[in-house]
Amino acid sequence: MLLELQEITLAFGGLQALDRVSFAVPSGTVQAVIGPNGAGKTTLFNLITGFLAPQSGRVVFQGHEIQGRPPFEVARLGISRTFQLVQLFDHMSVLENVMVGRHRLSRAGLLAGAVRLPWTRQEDKSIREHALEDLAFVGLADRAHQPAAALPLGLKRLLEIARALAAEPTLLLLDEPASGLDAVETERLQEMILALRERGLTILLVEHDMGLTMEVADRIAVLNYGQLIATGTPREVQKNPEVIAAYLGTDWQT
Amino acid sequence: MIPKGLLNPWLFFGAAVLLLAGVLNNDYYLTLINFIGIYTLLVVGLNLLMGYGGQISLGHAAFFGIGAYSSGILTATCGVNPWLALLAGLVICGITAFLIGVPSLKLRGYYLAMATLGFGIIVYIFLNEAEPLTGGPSGLAGIPNLSLGGLELNTPKRLFLLIWPLLGVILGLSANLVDSRTGRALRALHESEAAAQSLGVNTARVKIMIFVWSALYASLAGSLYAHTMNFIAPSSFGFMFSIKLVTMVVLGGMASIWGSLLGAAVLTVLPEILTMFHDYEVIIFGAILMVVMIFLPRGLVRGILDLWEFRRYKKEGGSIPT
Ligand SMILES: Nc1ncnc2c1ncn2[C@@H]1O[C@H](COP(=O)(O)OP(=O)(O)O)[C@@H](O)[C@H]1O
Ligand SMILES: [Mg+2]
Repeated sequence: MLLELQEITLAFGGLQALDRVSFAVPSGTVQAVIGPNGAGKTTLFNLITGFLAPQSGRVVFQGHEIQGRPPFEVARLGISRTFQLVQLFDHMSVLENVMVGRHRLSRAGLLAGAVRLPWTRQEDKSIREHALEDLAFVGLADRAHQPAAALPLGLKRLLEIARALAAEPTLLLLDEPASGLDAVETERLQEMILALRERGLTILLVEHDMGLTMEVADRIAVLNYGQLIATGTPREVQKNPEVIAAYLGTDWQT
Repeated sequence: MIPKGLLNPWLFFGAAVLLLAGVLNNDYYLTLINFIGIYTLLVVGLNLLMGYGGQISLGHAAFFGIGAYSSGILTATCGVNPWLALLAGLVICGITAFLIGVPSLKLRGYYLAMATLGFGIIVYIFLNEAEPLTGGPSGLAGIPNLSLGGLELNTPKRLFLLIWPLLGVILGLSANLVDSRTGRALRALHESEAAAQSLGVNTARVKIMIFVWSALYASLAGSLYAHTMNFIAPSSFGFMFSIKLVTMVVLGGMASIWGSLLGAAVLTVLPEILTMFHDYEVIIFGAILMVVMIFLPRGLVRGILDLWEFRRYKKEGGSIPT
């Protein structure tokens, strides 16, 4: 297993955001987490990536417990993420956004960068080339030199994915990547996710677009009020009576 | 069509320095220009921290003061070689900034602004009270000139030939830094600390490094100031001067290397030509801060560039953020 969640529990005050949630993500698969708004999906992502620490339970990545470690350390282990509310570096160029993605794979410190030693020049060149490749992958190469803030929302989501990919993660977490995307962009996103799995990347996906989720997910975990109510293949989950019941009367979007 | 190379600001800078060195012999103007150079040093350092990193220091005058007094005391009182004294000032400032930065930069929000505000006040009081060491409110006199290769830098022209080429180097280092891996991480954490961390940036560490780095600029400026004036007094290093530095950054442009030079120049020259400046200094700085923050929140240089850039991208079909 690449990632294992064991009995993860977290409450915000009296609100049980996650209640003894356990599941595992095998290497090379696309695992989706679905559930109504407020189910705890984003909280789960924050726990895996170190932005929150569980009150009890373990997050095991490649055999090591990582719960409670700061986000930058988790990132350096090879876990990248996107954010439900897009978090770009607005005043930096599209290309620079992706270049920051390669931070964990490069070394130049403050002094070396200020003096621009020959090896840092080399390093920067390679950062730039890799970043351009990642931009090309999401179809944004022609926008490389625009400020990130100037992109429409759909392209911002794609840029965030390119930036996360630039860190060459082993595990990629996507938090509602299709929200704000039009049909063409969603189609493109679907192709991208499948292409990434083809490359061997493991993906954990939170998504409200059921069409997309059913197409790309190998397995789906269903959260409801902080509890895991079902896991299984898309087909199994769709037929699960508990899942169907949980969605009646919620603001679930299909 | 003008060849692209000619629009290079570094060429302009170099040419302007050479030209001034060649034609300008008026000591009053040279001194004024030397002060612009020293203040630009301070402002660039503060801009790296504030404009690029989004971390506010309200006590930068204190680091300027520590540099100046390290040089002043070590040379005038202890007879140490001025260059060694300058180095000592850098070490003292670096360590002090580190000690202030570590606790206040690990926390998010305005802790650094508050910590530096308090620190600035403490240093100011210390400079006034520690009379045996600093000379107290009446100041420290008899600071010797710097010498370079046996040549005493005892005229404004000679000082100009030290300060401005040195400034050119520092501006170059700063521009490199901004465009380097650490500089990108710095600008990134300014805009989204969470996103920067999610990409492996140890944001607390980057903030501490840049805080120390900017304090080093201030220390260097302080040492140059001490040897330019040959006399220093606490009143040059108080809260008002910290605010003046912040105003220079904001006016010239947050996150703009050349804007720093512009901000420093404008606010150094204005008081010279407008005598009313002296009486209403506080009000004028306050007004400048307000007007610029409201109408050109990214300063003169960036503000105008932004208008131009976004207009261009709008034409290409992007959306304009608010
Ligand atoms: N930092 C926080 N402090 C307090 N409550 C929070 C916090 N983050 C999330 N919550 C609450 O936890 C629940 C789960 O939220 P979230 O994980 O964002 O849901 P989802 O992503 O599934 O829509 C919600 O009720 C939300 O209001
Ligand atoms: Mg969410």
